[in-house]
Amino acid sequence: MKNKGLIIAGLVVFFIIALTPWWWNLVTGTKAKAPEPKLTAKAEAAKNCVESKDFMKKEHMQLLDQWREEVVRQERRTYVNTEGKSFDMSLTNTCLDCHSNKAEFCDSCHNYTSVRPYCFDCHNIPKEAN
Amino acid sequence: MDNSRRTFLKIAGIAAAGLTAAPAVTSLASSASPSKGGKVVRNPEALTAKHWGMVIDTRKLTTSADLEPIIEACHRIHNVPTFEDDLMMPQLPCRMAETESLKQSCEKVNEKIPKISSDKKRHEIKWIWEEEFHNLFPDQLNPYLTEHLEHLPFLTLCNHCANPSCVQACPTKATFQREDGIVLMDFHRCIGCRFCMAACPYGSRSFNFRDPRQGLKEINTAFPTRMKGVVEKCNFCAERLSKGQMPACVEASNGTILFGDLNDPESEVRKALKENYAVRRQPSLGTEPSVYYIL
Repeated sequence: MKNKGLIIAGLVVFFIIALTPWWWNLVTGTKAKAPEPKLTAKAEAAKNCVESKDFMKKEHMQLLDQWREEVVRQERRTYVNTEGKSFDMSLTNTCLDCHSNKAEFCDSCHNYTSVRPYCFDCHNIPKEAN
Repeated sequence: MDNSRRTFLKIAGIAAAGLTAAPAVTSLASSASPSKGGKVVRNPEALTAKHWGMVIDTRKLTTSADLEPIIEACHRIHNVPTFEDDLMMPQLPCRMAETESLKQSCEKVNEKIPKISSDKKRHEIKWIWEEEFHNLFPDQLNPYLTEHLEHLPFLTLCNHCANPSCVQACPTKATFQREDGIVLMDFHRCIGCRFCMAACPYGSRSFNFRDPRQGLKEINTAFPTRMKGVVEKCNFCAERLSKGQMPACVEASNGTILFGDLNDPESEVRKALKENYAVRRQPSLGTEPSVYYIL
């Protein structure tokens, strides 16, 4: 291999420059701050959402997707959770009734992960609507 | 040494395949158990029918004033917008602005967009509205209509046809027919192509050229609004039926609109149709409307 030294040195320089942000974080120990969604008093008092906190954290999007399909297309509007409790399947009237602080709860994570669900283009946010 | 480049590439390839496949396999294995969540059930007090139908008694609805509260009741609970002014240029969707300062500057731009107050009907959204006989029954070729019918205001809404042409035309299945005959819209799936509007011979569908929330003075939080770029229409109050309530127009009509199961000979609608002469809109088209007008 011709110019072995030059190529290797070039690669090393390239990786150092390209990965600067990564090195920087590693060396200085800075981390992007993970959001801490705030609960409303009502949500706090209820303790559990329609399912466990862990389930909701991971799968609320699948749950909501299932809800919209069932409500609009299958005409089934009541959700019976694993504990046997029944809920009206409604984003505005069930979810946002408890989590009425959309900006501090929903948006804090959605903004952090750069997820922009368009749910709220149609589904009302009770506080903002009136 | 048989460590040729060929064997190296083979091993590297297998290793890469294994590394990429492993997370996919594990995620597939975990998503294969959807039984983690609860069950979904139908509301026990929901009203059911084999085929929902409506009978409008035009003998009792004789003036526009009679129709007004009925239209108002429907449009209020379903967040159907009324635009007072027509826009020359569309407004920016400021709700989507991510920060407060962005939102403010967006609103400032919106203020500068010129507004004109001309044709209010251009962006009209309607679920239930008033129409005259000639528009409702264009194939009734009698030019000398009785004085009574000539000036009678008719209540018009989606016919919830048994053989709906809009459902056939929709490429995304956003509009579909339920087993109980109701022709519904799934706004989540509507791509705004408006094939359904072209297919509907009754003009029962409206397109949201503008953000509907701009045309709403008050929002009913119990029902969602729509977004710009989707088609909408009457839903026979499917959301009310599922709670055991009659449609809003039926409730507001004081008995002049009947609603019930067309497949049940004992139902109110069938009894009314047995006793009175009723017509449907453009029956020759074969769409089989489920809305009947007693003349």
